Amino acid sequence: MSDIPALARGCAVLGTGGGGDVRTGSLAAARAIREYGEVPLVRLADLADDALIVPLSGIGAPTVSHEMIHSEDEPKRIAEEIERLFGRPPSAVMSSEIGGSNGVAPVAWAAQLGLPLLDADGMGRAFPEVQMVSMYVAGLPADLVIMTDVAGNVVTIRPVDGLWSERLARAVCVAAGSSALMADYVITAAQARGAVIEGTVTRALEIGRATEGTSPTGARAADPLRALQDRLGAARLITGKLTDVERRTTGGFVRGTATIEGTGDDRSRTVTLELQNENLVAVEDGRVLAMVPDLITVVDTETAAAIQTEGLRYGQRVTVLAWPCDPLWRTPKGLETAGPRAFGYELDYVPVEELTAHG
Amino acid sequence: MADLPELAELAELGIGIDVGGTNTDAVVLGSDGRVMAKAKRPTTPEVTEGLRAALDAVLAELGDARHRVTRVMLGTTHATNAILERRNLGRVAVLRLGAPATTSVPPLSGWPGDLRKAVSAGEAIVPGGHYVDGRAIRPPDLGAIRRFLDGVEAEAVAVTSVFSPASGEHERLVEELVRAEYGLPVSLSHEIGSLGLLERENATVLNAALYGVAAHVTGALVAALAERDLRARPYLAQNDGTLMTLEHAARLPVSTIGSGPANSLRGAAYLSGVADAIVVDVGGTSTDLGVLAGGFPRESAAAVEIGGVLTNFRMPDILAIALGGGTVVRDRGIGPDSVGYRIVQEALVFGGSTPTITDAAVAAGRIPADGEGWRARMGDMSEGIRDTLERAVAVADEMVIDAVDRMALGKSDRPLVAVGGGAFVLPERIPGAGRVIRPEHAEVANAVGAAIALASGRVDTILPAGDSRSEAIERAKEEAAARAVAAGADPSAVEIVDLLEVPLSYLSEPAVRVHVKAAGPLAR
Repeated sequence: MSDIPALARGCAVLGTGGGGDVRTGSLAAARAIREYGEVPLVRLADLADDALIVPLSGIGAPTVSHEMIHSEDEPKRIAEEIERLFGRPPSAVMSSEIGGSNGVAPVAWAAQLGLPLLDADGMGRAFPEVQMVSMYVAGLPADLVIMTDVAGNVVTIRPVDGLWSERLARAVCVAAGSSALMADYVITAAQARGAVIEGTVTRALEIGRATEGTSPTGARAADPLRALQDRLGAARLITGKLTDVERRTTGGFVRGTATIEGTGDDRSRTVTLELQNENLVAVEDGRVLAMVPDLITVVDTETAAAIQTEGLRYGQRVTVLAWPCDPLWRTPKGLETAGPRAFGYELDYVPVEELTAHG
Repeated sequence: MADLPELAELAELGIGIDVGGTNTDAVVLGSDGRVMAKAKRPTTPEVTEGLRAALDAVLAELGDARHRVTRVMLGTTHATNAILERRNLGRVAVLRLGAPATTSVPPLSGWPGDLRKAVSAGEAIVPGGHYVDGRAIRPPDLGAIRRFLDGVEAEAVAVTSVFSPASGEHERLVEELVRAEYGLPVSLSHEIGSLGLLERENATVLNAALYGVAAHVTGALVAALAERDLRARPYLAQNDGTLMTLEHAARLPVSTIGSGPANSLRGAAYLSGVADAIVVDVGGTSTDLGVLAGGFPRESAAAVEIGGVLTNFRMPDILAIALGGGTVVRDRGIGPDSVGYRIVQEALVFGGSTPTITDAAVAAGRIPADGEGWRARMGDMSEGIRDTLERAVAVADEMVIDAVDRMALGKSDRPLVAVGGGAFVLPERIPGAGRVIRPEHAEVANAVGAAIALASGRVDTILPAGDSRSEAIERAKEEAAARAVAAGADPSAVEIVDLLEVPLSYLSEPAVRVHVKAAGPLAR
C-alpha cells in the first residue's frame, strides 16, 4: 500500500463531492510510510474470527481541519483504550468512509500503529453523519464510540443507538476544538463479515490509476474519462459546463445546487445537482436521473479528476457520472439510514441503473 | 502671488516600472494623470539592467522635468524567478507552534526536494498555538524554541502558529525572542496568509527565504535612483495591485509575487476608465485574463501554487493561456511554443521565416497602430500558408473566447479591455463580453498600473458572531486601515475597499470569518 496519489484520486472520486480534501491526508500518509514503513493491505478473509478491527475517521469542521492538523499520537491512544476495554490490541485499521480524506488518512494511522489496513470500509463512499455506516445498517449495536483529540483527552461513549452516537460524538468533537479522531464501532472479524463493504481500498486504488490514465505498461490512456467511466461502470449523466453554483450553510452543512449545461452531444440539456456536503440528487427537467445512496460524482471532463462540492466554480468543463451503491444501502434499513428521505428529499428510491436505462 | 502655470510645472510626477518576463516597461505619469513618457526594453538576465535601461529611456524623454519625479513604483518578477530557479534564496529555520497538535504532517511536507534543500535550515514543531475558539493549545515553549534555534544555521526564521490569523500573539512572542536573542529577521504567518495551516506556513517560509532577494531589489532600486540624482520615494507593487514602502517590502517580499498581472489589471482600468471589466493582456508567449471588480483585480478563491508549493495568500484570479504574439503557427494547430523575444527576427512580418500568431493576425487584417508595412513585408504567400494562417487565427480566437467565457462567470455584458504588446491580435468582437476597448498606451498598461497604485492593508481573522460581532468587525476595519498606513497610505484618505463575512459551522460558539481590506493613496 504505497501508491498514495492513486489512492487519493480514487478516494476523491468515491467522495461524491464530500468527505473532505484528500491533500492533508495524503501528506500524512506519505510521511507515516516513510517513518514507520509500508502498510500491508489485508482482506477480511485473512483475519482470525476474534481479530479486532478498529474503524477510524477524523471528525470536525472543514475550516478547523485545515488548520488544526491531527497529532501523531491520536491513533495510539485509541489503540490503548481498545486494549484496556477488550483485553487485547486491535489487529487491523479500517477506514470508516473510503470517500474523501477519511479514505487516505487511515494509511497514516495504520502505519503509526504498525497495523495492516483492511481492504474494506463502512460506506463505500462518503456520508456526513456518524450513524451512516454499514455496521449500523447491518444491525451491529452502536454501543461504543472512542474519541481522542490533539490535547490527549480520550472519551469513551456507550450510546444506546446510532443516532445517539452521532449526537454525542458531535458534542465531544465541538468541546475538543472541532477536531477529533474517532473509532466508531470496534468489531471482530467475525462481526465484520457481511457488515462492512469489502474491497473498497483496492477499488479506490484502481479508480485512481484509471484517472491517472496509466496502463500497466506505463502508457498514458488516451481518454481518462472513458477509462474512469468503464472502471466505475458508471452512467454519464451529462457532459457540459457549470453555469451556476449556489451555496448556503445551514445546520452545520453546506447545502446548495449546481447547474450543468450540456455541450457537444448534450447541447440543450441541463442537469441540476442537489448538494449537501455530497452530491445527493441529479435532476433533468423535473426527472430524477440519480439519487443517494447511489454515487454521483462531478469530474473534470479533460482529466477525469473529481471535483469536490466546495471546489465547484462557474465555467468548469465537467462530466457528471453516477453508478450503483453497495447492495447494503438498498436494503430497507440502508435506505432508511441514507436514502433520499434521510436527507430531506420526498423521493422514493429508484436505482440509478433503472433511471438511466431508457435515458 | 504665485503664477499658476509655474505651479503646474512644479507639480509632481510618478514613474511606474514593470519588470516582466520578456519586457521591462516604464511610464511617467503627470500630475494630471496623463502618460508623459513611456518605454519598453528587453528584460535582462540580471534584471536590474533592464530596469535601468527602461528608467533611463523615460528620463531622457522627460528632460529637465525629471527633477519633478517624486515617486517611483516598481513591479518585479525577482521573487518569482528566485523561487522558480531556486536561486539566491536564504536558509530558513522553520518553526511551527502547535504541538501536540499537527505532528502528523510536519513542515515542508510535499515540497519539491530541491526547493526544500535550498531553503530549509531545519524544522521543528514546538508547543504553542490556539484552538479555533481562542484558547491556547499550550503556552509557547521558549526553551524548546531556543534549543531548536541554537542547533541550526539560518539567515531568517519563519514562524507559524495554529489559528494565528485569529490569535497572533504566540507568533509575535517568538518574533521578540528571536530578534532580541538571535538578531535574525522573522516571518510571521498571520501577516502573510489566511486560514489553512500548511498553505500559510509554506507562504511564510517562502517569504523568509526571499529576504535577501528583497534586499537586493530594493538596494538596486535605491542605487539606480541615487545614480540618476532622483530624489523620489521608491515603492514596490504587490499582488493585489497596491503598493508598499521598501520597509514593508523587506518584511513581506512574497507579496510582490503576482504584482505583474495585478498591475496590468489596474493599469487597464485606469487607461480605459472602466472599473468593471474583463482584461485580456496579450504578451509574447502567453495571454493573461483577469477580472476587474470595482477597479481592483478579482482575487483567486483557490490556493495558488508557487514553485511547486501550495500557498494561500491572496492573488489575482488569473487565467493564463498559451497564446501570445510570438506563438508558433504550424500546419496543424498553434503553439504552445513561442519565439518569445526573438519575434523581431523570426516572425514573417519582420522578415523572418517562422509563422507566428502575429503574422496570422496581420494576414487577417489586424494590424497594430505602429505596424505600417507589416503586411507588405510578409510578401506573397502560397495558398497553403494563407490557409494555415487563416486557421491559426480561428483557433486563437476560439481559445480567447473560451477563456473569456470561463472568467466572465456568465455575465456577458462586461466590456473587455485589451492590453499588452500583442493586444492587436484580438478580434473586434468577442462573444461572452461586451464591447472591446483598446485604450491608448495599452502596451504599457503594467507600468501604468504600478504608477497609479494605492497603499493597502488587510486582515483575515475569525470573530465571534454574537453580540460583540459588530464591535469586533469595527476593530478589524481599524486594524486593516492601520496596516494600510503602515504600508504608506495617507491616514486621512484610507478607505475600506473590501469586507467579506463567512459564517462558520460546527463550532461551540457561533463565529464568522472576516476578511477586510483597506486602501488609500500614498502619503506625500
